[in-house]
Parts: sequence; structure tokens; C-alpha cells
Amino acid sequence: MSAAKNSLLSVDAHTKKRNAAEKRFKAYGLSAIIIAMLALAVLLTSVLSTGLNAFRQTYITIEVPLPETKLDKSGVRDIDVMKKVTTIGYNPLLRDGLLVAIEAAGITTELSNKDIGKLISKEAPATVRNHVLANPDVIGGSMTFNLLASGRIDGYFKGRVTMESAALDGNTSPEALQLAQDLKDAGLIQTRFNWHFIFAPDASDQRPEAAGLGVAILGSLYMMTVVLVLALPLGVAASIYLEEFSPKNRWTDLIEVNISNLAAVPSIVYGILGLAIFINFMEFNQSSPLVGGLVLTLMTLPTIIISTRASLKSVPPSIRDAALGVGASKMQSVFHHVLPLAAPGILTGTIIGLAQALGETAPLLLIGMVAFVREYPAAYSADAGLFGEASTALPVQVFNWTQRADPGFVERASGAIITLLVFLLIMNTIAIILRRKFERRW
Amino acid sequence: MSLSTSVIIAIGLSILAYYVAPRRVLFLTNGDRRSLSALPRQYGLSAGLNVFLPTMLVAFIGGLSGYGSEMLPVIVIVIAIAMFVWSIFQTRPDFRARNNAERLITLFLIGASAVAIFTTIGIVLSMLFETMNFFRDYSWTDFFFSAEWSPNFRGNSALGILPLLWGTLYISFTALIFAVPIGLFAAIYLSEYAGPRMRSVAKPAIEILAGIPTIVYGLFALITVGPFLRDYFAAPLGLGQSASSVMTAALVMGVMLIPFVSSLSDDIINAVPQTMRDGSLGLGATKSETIRKVVIPAALPGIVGAILLAASRAIGETMIVVLGAGAAARLSLNPFEAMTTVTVKIVSQLTGDTDFASPETLVAFALGLTLFVITLCLNVFALYIVRKYQEQYE
Repeated sequence: MSAAKNSLLSVDAHTKKRNAAEKRFKAYGLSAIIIAMLALAVLLTSVLSTGLNAFRQTYITIEVPLPETKLDKSGVRDIDVMKKVTTIGYNPLLRDGLLVAIEAAGITTELSNKDIGKLISKEAPATVRNHVLANPDVIGGSMTFNLLASGRIDGYFKGRVTMESAALDGNTSPEALQLAQDLKDAGLIQTRFNWHFIFAPDASDQRPEAAGLGVAILGSLYMMTVVLVLALPLGVAASIYLEEFSPKNRWTDLIEVNISNLAAVPSIVYGILGLAIFINFMEFNQSSPLVGGLVLTLMTLPTIIISTRASLKSVPPSIRDAALGVGASKMQSVFHHVLPLAAPGILTGTIIGLAQALGETAPLLLIGMVAFVREYPAAYSADAGLFGEASTALPVQVFNWTQRADPGFVERASGAIITLLVFLLIMNTIAIILRRKFERRW
Repeated sequence: MSLSTSVIIAIGLSILAYYVAPRRVLFLTNGDRRSLSALPRQYGLSAGLNVFLPTMLVAFIGGLSGYGSEMLPVIVIVIAIAMFVWSIFQTRPDFRARNNAERLITLFLIGASAVAIFTTIGIVLSMLFETMNFFRDYSWTDFFFSAEWSPNFRGNSALGILPLLWGTLYISFTALIFAVPIGLFAAIYLSEYAGPRMRSVAKPAIEILAGIPTIVYGLFALITVGPFLRDYFAAPLGLGQSASSVMTAALVMGVMLIPFVSSLSDDIINAVPQTMRDGSLGLGATKSETIRKVVIPAALPGIVGAILLAASRAIGETMIVVLGAGAAARLSLNPFEAMTTVTVKIVSQLTGDTDFASPETLVAFALGLTLFVITLCLNVFALYIVRKYQEQYE
């Protein structure tokens, strides 16, 4: 064996191998993290790139003639008589308005009048009709409306529909898109921010351009109220008992094992529980925010209990001893001293539990929240009681839209996801700020 | 009178009791606080809780069970008034008000912690009864051992759970194959190699993945991963034309499980005492050798527990498979084919028009019970391992 081989200055083969293994191992770890971050990035870009379009919407500005002969033959402006003119009666008026506008702008097209009418959304006649019924005195003149363009035209301006795909599409044609482009150049079509998407109710299968999240947001809000009102006091009370008062015996052991198991029960099982107990046995209204809120309460309770117990545990025993030492009862030491000190942690845990409940979908599918709801649910009504009116929820609305045929709904579903994520982001930010600002380390 | 009006009246009465009781007891002693058995405030608290807790209990239980819904508001008011009168009479200088108030609060605390037990009982009972109804109409041997799933709402359905279980296990297993190495390596890197700056960026990023609702992952599978796998893998390889497939669901579910595996393993790796690492490094082992030969073996039981918990999460996952895996019950090995799971079928049998007398609907409860038992066993086993391990180095 030569001296050079074993020199401290040159590395031998075995050490080289070991060092290479070390480098490889480190690289595996780094690439695992890169893969995870990459997955997050791809996920967010995919949702954002399809969903942001839902927040802009294409409108056609036209002057719609409102002749008395068509809309109110009797001429007495009796609302009940005027209601007999359905949206089908309003359709030709809108088309006439559009034709006049096209002519005035000097645009020529080979499309038939019927196909030109298809540029306007099927929702638009209802918009005009509602306006006329609310203001009967506009009849006889004409009025300028900003009307929804049809889903395909909207898709063209957002890049979802192209000339090539339109040629294969039965619902539109390259000529229609060309006409829309000409109208845009003439300033009659604009794409604006879409408040409608956030506040309007859902729309039927044929008109993705009119679909909104209003009912779903309201339903989610009601459910979060129910969850907050029930889960916070129950969760805090249960944690105080288990952490501060309970004797160590079989009964409390059972409760503890139970809670950690409940936290890991699949969420859909809670849906079955809600369906069997709240709807079939107690006969609550299907698809009501009350039932949804109860199911989500049972689901988030373990999360809240676990985090509340952790923050109670972090309050040092010296605080309790000091309170007891000056003559407070056990109850007073907990409520006057331990609980206020643990409050930031409890609030943080509760907000995180609420965020989890807000995004939960599966149990809500089973209690009928997939129903098509167009009416804004009232918080209280004499027939249905508190939070008893049919409603949907944000995540369920996403699921609902993915099940529909029109490709416009994919954009809507992604837009709804963005709305949901914004809510979650706000809640988590509040939780982080609370924790940073008020948490004390002992 | 509706229930909510009477509840508001009852709350009003308890607030009134809270304010009246201290005044009454001070009036009885002519304002001499020294002869009272408790602070005046405690008399108020005791009287207020005397009214509040029983009425709320009756209103809540009565409202939930729906029994006697016409009489209930009246009963609530009667109880509230009776408790009000009684607690005002009870308010005397020699009455131990604080002890009474604290006894009531303790009862409330015990009741709240019993909700967890009631939830479990509710879950088991709600599924058990309907499952028994199901097995009355449909033989249990066919349910557990038949390889055919074809529900037919005119009757004569084949409702074998095997294809559903196969889909569930296939998807979960594939998802774990993605998630476990990535999650584990991420945890090892974060706890053993990464500096504080790297940690402060990577840890929250991975935690964001855990906070994203599963419906978002489902949509991601449906609009991005599914079509991508179909166009670039399945179709060129001639393995299928379906965007929803085992691979789609498993990949996305794998991403969902990464933070789950990594945060649990991170805790467990951090619990391994530093002295064990120092001992190994002192003998001349490299860092990776220390991790592979000392840290991981020491943390292994905990890591296995974490993986089992992740598996239970994967088996019970619903939205990703509803949107990503498809609806066809199939026993096949091709990962690019659409398959279905237990959770997907629970959703499809229980949404839409359901008839709670037909086995096609009731089978969902049997599926739910099976799912519950499987995940419960995994959870109990995993929690047992994790807990046992945590105690080892304390």
C-alpha cells in the first residue's frame, strides 16, 4: 500500500462514495421540497388563470325600443296584465335594438337576423322585463340597456372561444364572432368588472354568463354563523372541563380517545349522520343552512377542542396557583385568569376550524345542498324558522358548476374557487395576526 | 308564539334574575354585605344560570327532536317563569350562591364534553339501523363478496362492494406512493438540513397545501391534471381515453397528502433526542448516514403511524375522487382507466331522488359503515403507535 493512497490530503474511494451518498441524500430532500412547492404553484396558477376571467363580463350596450303595442296593449299600465308578456315577448325587441345599432354603426354581416339575436344572452330579456315591470312609465319610448352578451361571445373576448372552435360549435359561428369584434371596435361591446358574479344568484344550465355566487355566499355565511355560535362555546366548555376539572378516570379517557378519533373520521360520514338524524329523523328542512351548520359544527368541534386544550395547557400552573393562593375558587381561577390568557390561542384555533368548515363539501352534498336555488334565503322566516330556507354553499356551488355541460361553467367554478380562497386567506391572515399580536410566551 | 320568541323572553328573564337577585339579597340584609354567604354578584350569577341553563336545554333538545313543537314555546316560557320565581325565593343571605353557580357551570362543562360521545353514538346508530334494513333486503354475502356493482333503480341490482373497495385501495395506495417519499424527504430536509431562512419559506408553503379545501384539488384534477395525463400519457401509450382515472385522482390526492405526511413526520423526527445524533456524528458518520441509520429507525414507529393516518385520510377522501376518478365500478389494473370508490358511490346513491325503502339507497349506509370501520381501525392503530412512541423519549 503506497503512502499517497492513504494521505489525508487526497480523498480515497470509499470516502468519495460516502460523500456522494451524502450529496445525493441532500438533493433528494431538496427536490422533495421543490416538488411540493411546484405542485402548489401549478395548482394556484391553474385555478387563477381559468378563474380570474369570471370576474370580467362582456356587455352589449343597445337602445331597446319599448313599444306600447307589444308590452301593454291595454294601455292602462296594470302590472298584472303586463306580466302576461313573457320574456319571449321581449326577445324580438332586443333583437330589433341590436339590428338598429349594427346598422347605425355601419357594420355589414351575412348573419341572419335570428343568429344576430343570439349574440345577446338569454338572460337579457328578463333583465329588460324586470326593469319595465318596475318602472312602467318607460313604455312607449326607448331605453339604453347594458345587456349581457351570450356565453360564447363572452368567451371569445376572454380567449376561451376561438374562430377555429366556433366553426365546430353549433351554438355560434366565426361570422358571429367577427360581428362581435366589429361591435367592440364600434364601442358597443365592453368587458367590465363583474359585480354580478359575486352578488347574483345561480342561473340555469343554458346561461353560464348570468350565473353568480350571491346565494352560495349568503348560505355559507349563515352556516358559519351557526358553527361559530354553537362550536365555540361548546368546544371551549368541553376543553375547560377536560383540561382543568376532569378527574383522570376511564370516563374521561374514553372522551379523549373519542375526540382524537372524531377528528380523523372522514367528513362524508358526518354527512350521513346529518342525513339520517337531522333530516330523516328530526325532519329539518333539506338543504337548509341550519342542518349544514349543525353538521359542520359536529365536524369542527374536535379541531376546536384540540387547539383550545393546547392553549389552555400552555398557560403556566403558577397563574392558577397564585389565584388559588389568594382565595379564588377553582372556577374563578379558570374563568378570571386562565381563560383570558388562553383567549388568543382559542380564537386562532376557532378561526382555523371555521376555515376548514367553510371549505368542506362532501357532507353538504348528502344533506341536499346541491339543489338549484335562485331565491336569496332569508335568515328567519315564519314557515322555515331560523336559517331554515333552502340554500347552497360556496364549495357546493363549485361542485354543482363542474357537473354542467356548458364550458362557460368551468370558468365560473374556478372563479368561485378564487372567491372561496380569498375568504380563507382573510380568515387565516386574521388568525396569524391575532397570534402574532396577542400570544404570550412564558 | 314561536320558539325563538319564547327563547328571547327566557333570556330576558335570566338577565332580569341576574340583576334582581343581588338587589333582593342586599335589601333583605339592609345593605349589610358582611352577613352574606357570597358576593352579591354571585347571587345574580346563580339566579341567572338557574333560569338560563334549564330553559336553553329544553329549547335546544325539544327543538332538535321536533317533538311537541306547538307546546314547546309555552313549556319553555313556563319553565323560565317557574325557575325565575324559585331562584328569587332561593336568594337569601344564608344561601351559598357561589357554590350553586359553580355547580351549574360544572354541569354545563360536563354536558359539553359529552357532546363528543353523543356524536360518535349518533354516527354509529344512524348507520347501523339503515344498514340492518339494507341487509334485510339484500344478502350480506353478496354485498361483501360479489365482484359486480350495477345498481338499478327498478330493482334486481347487483351491489357488491369489491370493485369499490378495489378502486378505493388502488387510488389510496398510489397516492401514498407519491406522498410518502416526498413528504418524508421534505420533513427530513426541513428538520435536519434547512437553515432558518429556508424553513421560514418552505414550511408555510407546504402548510398552505394543507389548508386548501379538497374541492379545489378536485377541480384541479378535473380541469388540469386529468386532461394533461390523458393527452400526454394515456392516449399516446394507448392505455385509455378517459380524463378521469386512477392516476389523476391519485396524483392530486398525493399532493394533498404531502403536508399531512411531512408535518406529522417533522414533529416525530424533532422528538428524536439530539444526543443520539451527536453520538452518531461523533463516531464519524456523515449526516445522511446518521439520518438513515439512527434518526429514521428511532422515529420509525411514529412515521408508520403518520403514514397510517395519511392512509385513513386517503380512504375517506371524497371530492378529489368524485371529480377525478370517475364513476365506473371496475376491477382493473390499468391506472389510466376510470374507477370508482366507496365515497363516490355514497355520494351518488344519496344525492338526487332517494327512496329510503329501496336497497339501492340503503346500500350507501352499509358503504358508510364499512368506510367508518376501516378508517376507525386505521386511526386507533395509528394513534396508539404515535402515542406509544411519543412517550418513549420523554
